[in-house]
Amino acid sequence: MKRIGIIGVGQTRYERMKTEDTYADLIFEATVKALDDAGLGIDDIDNVITISNDFWDGRTISSMAITDACGSYGKNVSTVEGDGTFGALYGLMRILSGAFRTTLVVAHCKGSEGSNHFITNAMFNPIYERMIGLDSISSSALQARRYMEKYNITEEQCAMVSVKNHKNAFNNPFAQLAMNITIEDVLKSKMLSDPIKLLDASPISDGACAIILAEEEIAKKGPKRPVWIRGVGHFAEAYNLGDRDLAEPLSLIRAAKKAYTMAGITDPFKEIDVAEIYDAFSYQELLWTEGLGFCERGGGGRLIESGATEMDGELPINPSGGVLSAHPVLVAGLARIAEITIQLRGEAEARQVHRARVGLAHGINGACGQAHCVWILEGE
Amino acid sequence: MAQRVAIVGTGQTYHKSSRADVNGVELIQEAVGRALEDAGITRKDIDAVVIGNMDHFEGINYVDMWSIDGNGALNKPIMKVTTGGTTGTTVAIAAFYHVASGLFDIVLAIGWEKNSESDTTAAIITCADPYWERPTFGGAIAGLAAGAVGYMHRYGITERDAALISVRDRKNALKNPYAHLRKEITVEDVLNSPMLAYPIKFLDICPRTDGACAVVFASEEKARRLTERPAWVHQVATRHNYTYFTDVDRSGPMPTLYEACMEVYKKAGIRDPFHEIDVVEMYTPSSFAGLVWIDALGVCKEGEAVRLVNDGVTEMDGELPINPSGGVISTNPIGATGLIRVAEAAMQVSGKAGEHQIPDAKTALATGFGGCHWSDVVLISSKRPD
Repeated sequence: MKRIGIIGVGQTRYERMKTEDTYADLIFEATVKALDDAGLGIDDIDNVITISNDFWDGRTISSMAITDACGSYGKNVSTVEGDGTFGALYGLMRILSGAFRTTLVVAHCKGSEGSNHFITNAMFNPIYERMIGLDSISSSALQARRYMEKYNITEEQCAMVSVKNHKNAFNNPFAQLAMNITIEDVLKSKMLSDPIKLLDASPISDGACAIILAEEEIAKKGPKRPVWIRGVGHFAEAYNLGDRDLAEPLSLIRAAKKAYTMAGITDPFKEIDVAEIYDAFSYQELLWTEGLGFCERGGGGRLIESGATEMDGELPINPSGGVLSAHPVLVAGLARIAEITIQLRGEAEARQVHRARVGLAHGINGACGQAHCVWILEGE
Repeated sequence: MAQRVAIVGTGQTYHKSSRADVNGVELIQEAVGRALEDAGITRKDIDAVVIGNMDHFEGINYVDMWSIDGNGALNKPIMKVTTGGTTGTTVAIAAFYHVASGLFDIVLAIGWEKNSESDTTAAIITCADPYWERPTFGGAIAGLAAGAVGYMHRYGITERDAALISVRDRKNALKNPYAHLRKEITVEDVLNSPMLAYPIKFLDICPRTDGACAVVFASEEKARRLTERPAWVHQVATRHNYTYFTDVDRSGPMPTLYEACMEVYKKAGIRDPFHEIDVVEMYTPSSFAGLVWIDALGVCKEGEAVRLVNDGVTEMDGELPINPSGGVISTNPIGATGLIRVAEAAMQVSGKAGEHQIPDAKTALATGFGGCHWSDVVLISSKRPD
């Protein structure tokens, strides 16, 4: 694969309810920040990928709301409906094809304007599953329970993820929920859907993120140290929850294998210096670390107990505070890529991981991680 | 391109107002099965899938995930794209880049819609800005009617001129076994059909259809192994310029279509599109658009489309046949509609169009329309790109 760099990133601050900003305002803020970061003007961008979802926006053709704001007028533009990592992948393909040199990728979401329950209930089979009330929280609770039962993962181990990530969020100026909490606080927080409690769950968030991808020649000329894309993989698995063993993230294993193969990574735990992964719920960080091959199957609980994923551990996970500390849906995966880019440039300030050279960013689609997208990035 | 891209197979469902015999996933599977058969491959050969539709018609969130049993992507990469009426062409363009990037060799593109499960106009109205335009936006028909009045005023075209487009496309549909509305109509029928929003009458507008389309895109190496007559994808272009309907530049015929066509012609080295393009599959949501937007294809001077149509130039046996498939006026499963244009264009240059085959068609243009007067364009040819 030819060398493509990430040369600009921009994020809004993620908040519970950004009443003063429309979708277009959010996209404009993130776009301008990414352009400034890359030292480019909008005329230097030759194509755009927007990421939006009609359900979350309560608007059909949701991308229509932000065409002005992302500067796509007169440009080749398209829209991916799914996590930001998937949208960024389409942006990457367009440069790899040779048709374009610089892709702007933007994502927005205002969770505050919708109902998480009804929107995520609409993921499920309209005849057999919706009426029993399944949504992102209750379906994830089924996954969490299956995972805990199969591999003896404890509620305390899951809670440790929340404690770590909310603590890390103090170091991220864009994060929504920086909190000093204890395992006890998590265990005693309100039960949402057994075994998921309030502090095991990610918040409802508003925000936007933009990144700029560019071919090697342009990337080398930018004001910032470019971050190179070394590998990407995306895979999906079965739809019906009953067709899956929810404790086995098969599509993540496949996606990671593909990304690692492209990047020439054989021992991810040793070779990757920092990871931003999609922890919509605390148990997910543990399960995904297994799927990513950072530890053996069932070893996610022991991995967090070992301290390896803390800021000063061997493989810090979610130094930004992760999705648990800000969860603008769709945006969240793109924010993972932005955060890893900042890490690999050495610009992450208080959340900087020491000597980070190779990083991993990860996003999910569908219920209980039915699809995953894994990115391997490398700094200079 | 990292690698050249060709279409090696297409598949469509039989289209009806209501396909009550299948659910959405089964509908998708029907098109996918036909495309795989046409390409001479099985699901195992597919490296990745791209799918699209418009969420608010069926009320399914994460359609790519929900349709996995029918879309062929089980344990494979899949991505969803969606851009309103242009969704079908957007899917095709995304599948093209999947292959052109060199990351995938065989990619399945799927567009589908089950409009019988939707309140189509109610869903479309929500595309307008909730504060400034939604209270007054009357949906697709009213929006196209406003444009049609403008065209009548500017170019002096009549309702009778526009009716010729419906008559032409519905006649062509008789030769397409997959078309939805297969009944010949006359100009008088169009003029006497019920008024929906002046000057658009019932027979001037596209129907709502249940249906799906699937297209197999392949790298050069795979395409050469799979078929003797690959339909090479030469260029694609997209213009989704507007956010507000009141922003649309109506001073000429469909500026986004014109811009996208000009980009494609320039990149493909086409200087005389009227003579260099053999057939057009055009996304014509209404007869008036189908008439005036011919100008935007750059195949005639502005305002000359009426003459071309009246002279029979765009008929099956004319110099530049438009919509031999019967077009959108005959078949409109919205998320699939643009992809059907691409599929039909590919069928023409591969000589697979059966009864509606244009003899010796070598180069075909497919267009997509949607969103806020947005356009997509795909140029396909039997000749391998340089």
